Amino acid sequence: MRPFSYTRAETLGDAMAALAANPTARLLAGGTNLIDLMKYDVERPAAIVDINRLPLKEIEELPDGSIRIGALVSNATVAHHPAVTERYPLLCSAILAGASPQLRNAATTGGNLLQRTRCYYFYDPSTPCNKREPGSGCGAIGGVNRIHAILGASEHCIATHPSDMCVALAALAAIVEVEGPDGRRDIPFSDFHRLPDDHPERDNTMRHGEIITAVRLEGNHFAGHHSYLKLRDRLSYAFALVSVAAALDVKNGMIVDMRIALGGVAHKPWRDSLAEAEFAGQPATEETFAALADRLLAGAEGQGDNDFKIPMARKAIVRALKQAAAGTPQVQSDKQIR
Amino acid sequence: MDIATAHAQPKTRVALTINGHRHDLEIHPWVTLLDLLRGPSLQLSGTKKGCDHGQCGACTVLIDGERINSCLKLAVTLDGTNVTTIEGLGTPDDMHPVQKAFVEHDAYQCGYCTPGQVCSAVALLREGHGRSREEIREMMSGNLCRCGAYTNIADAIQDVMDQEVKVGMREAAE
Ligand SMILES: Cc1cc2nc3c(=O)[nH]c(=O)nc-3n(C[C@H](O)[C@H](O)[C@H](O)COP(=O)(O)OP(=O)(O)OC[C@H]3O[C@@H](n4cnc5c(N)ncnc54)[C@H](O)[C@@H]3O)c2cc1C
Ligand code: SF4
Ligand code: FES
Ligand code: FES
Repeated sequence: MRPFSYTRAETLGDAMAALAANPTARLLAGGTNLIDLMKYDVERPAAIVDINRLPLKEIEELPDGSIRIGALVSNATVAHHPAVTERYPLLCSAILAGASPQLRNAATTGGNLLQRTRCYYFYDPSTPCNKREPGSGCGAIGGVNRIHAILGASEHCIATHPSDMCVALAALAAIVEVEGPDGRRDIPFSDFHRLPDDHPERDNTMRHGEIITAVRLEGNHFAGHHSYLKLRDRLSYAFALVSVAAALDVKNGMIVDMRIALGGVAHKPWRDSLAEAEFAGQPATEETFAALADRLLAGAEGQGDNDFKIPMARKAIVRALKQAAAGTPQVQSDKQIR
Repeated sequence: MDIATAHAQPKTRVALTINGHRHDLEIHPWVTLLDLLRGPSLQLSGTKKGCDHGQCGACTVLIDGERINSCLKLAVTLDGTNVTTIEGLGTPDDMHPVQKAFVEHDAYQCGYCTPGQVCSAVALLREGHGRSREEIREMMSGNLCRCGAYTNIADAIQDVMDQEVKVGMREAAE
């Protein structure tokens, strides 16, 4: 790791001032992604601003029925919090499908949103990568790309966003609260992460100097019918090849409302709200789910090594929706097909 | 920055309570908890370095009772916390119940992953989430064992959990 200067921010103002003072400064939360990337020499901050003392560690239940999760609440705390377990079980399943208990204890809500891709070339400074070094090229296009995107990729980058938690947050239409030099603003989850287009170096739509303060979840009616299905090379402690966050509101066998987001397939959690709306009112059957899967994957394109992800995603979508409809969510400790 | 300039950089003060003993240290900010523990000043080499990237769990220690990967934690960020390593759990004459169960169940071969496994299992018992065999395996998945002692590791943890349940029932009955 390269040397850097270290400051401990006591207030949000301290942290914003430290970021403004040094363009290469980085905020340090749990450190499970940043420290790893610094060891690989991918991140080279001259200054580290430790934000672990900021008062962003509460899960608040708001009067309007929504929940606000502070940016520094650990992934483990969110996953086991009674209000979250009861009202947003999809989020708990997604978090518990990710990383390991040790990592989830250290990883924070804000850090999880901002974790970077696991593209092998991004991690290896001796290879070209437009995300790491804009204009240098993309090692993955025409290279080894088994874990790469099948939707929304560009000619500059085919990386995927690796988070599980974010796939559930996309399905639950969370709101990201940020604060920066220009004040506070709310970013709808679907606008938070971006597609790579001509600027793969930008993972999200945050502006320089902004800090995530919280993630807010509004009331929902999906707690009874949901499933987070994660397919990976081993049954635990591995990133998703394909994952599906499915949530349904079903009455008398008909879909009243639904949410579906895909992980491991694009530069951001993939959600298509138009497709969701189109399928409302249809019977909650395997035929409907298969038609929806085709609709969601209509634009899918493989890169060679990852061609298998297209049929895999199709099957995963159908299976997750069937689990959600039946009210038997995928359990992380028991990965049998039910 | 070259190495000489780096070493001339200011150090940061941290107070850590490690296995019950308070240490007032001055360290460079880029030192991970794992390197600090194993380094010349503390010489607590029970905690192992496997991958140094959060991928194996060999470096697992407890911070205020919670398990984390010490390879991805900068020591300067832990000012004021309690760190427990394998050295703080038990001694050969007075083993922690988890250590005892690991011996009884032959839950290791080379032993390299064992300190991390034991710390992780101690935290798992405290968390109280895993109860079934499947849950234990899932909640211990952050600790890899290259020797493949997984079956015996799960047996050992299951054994301690069952004993705790028995003790709990006996206490409740009394
Ligand atoms: C071996 C391994 C396996 C993993 N497996 C999975 C997996 O299966 N699924 C999964 O979803 N994740 C997985 N992860 C990733 C893990 O979830 C992330 O590393 C973690 O969520 C990042 O959170 P953190 O608090 O540690 O972030 P940090 O490393 O502290 O920060 C990450 C980035 O976010 C910025 N940042 C942090 N907080 C804020 C804030 N409040 N405002 C603005 N910027 C901020 C930092 O500056 C940094 O750039 C894995 C990680 C490892 C090491
Ligand atoms: S896919 Fe994106 S992250 Fe990977 S090498 Fe190409 S530009 Fe870099
Ligand atoms: S050495 Fe820390 S997880 Fe491998
Ligand atoms: S006993 Fe050898 S690695 Fe686990």
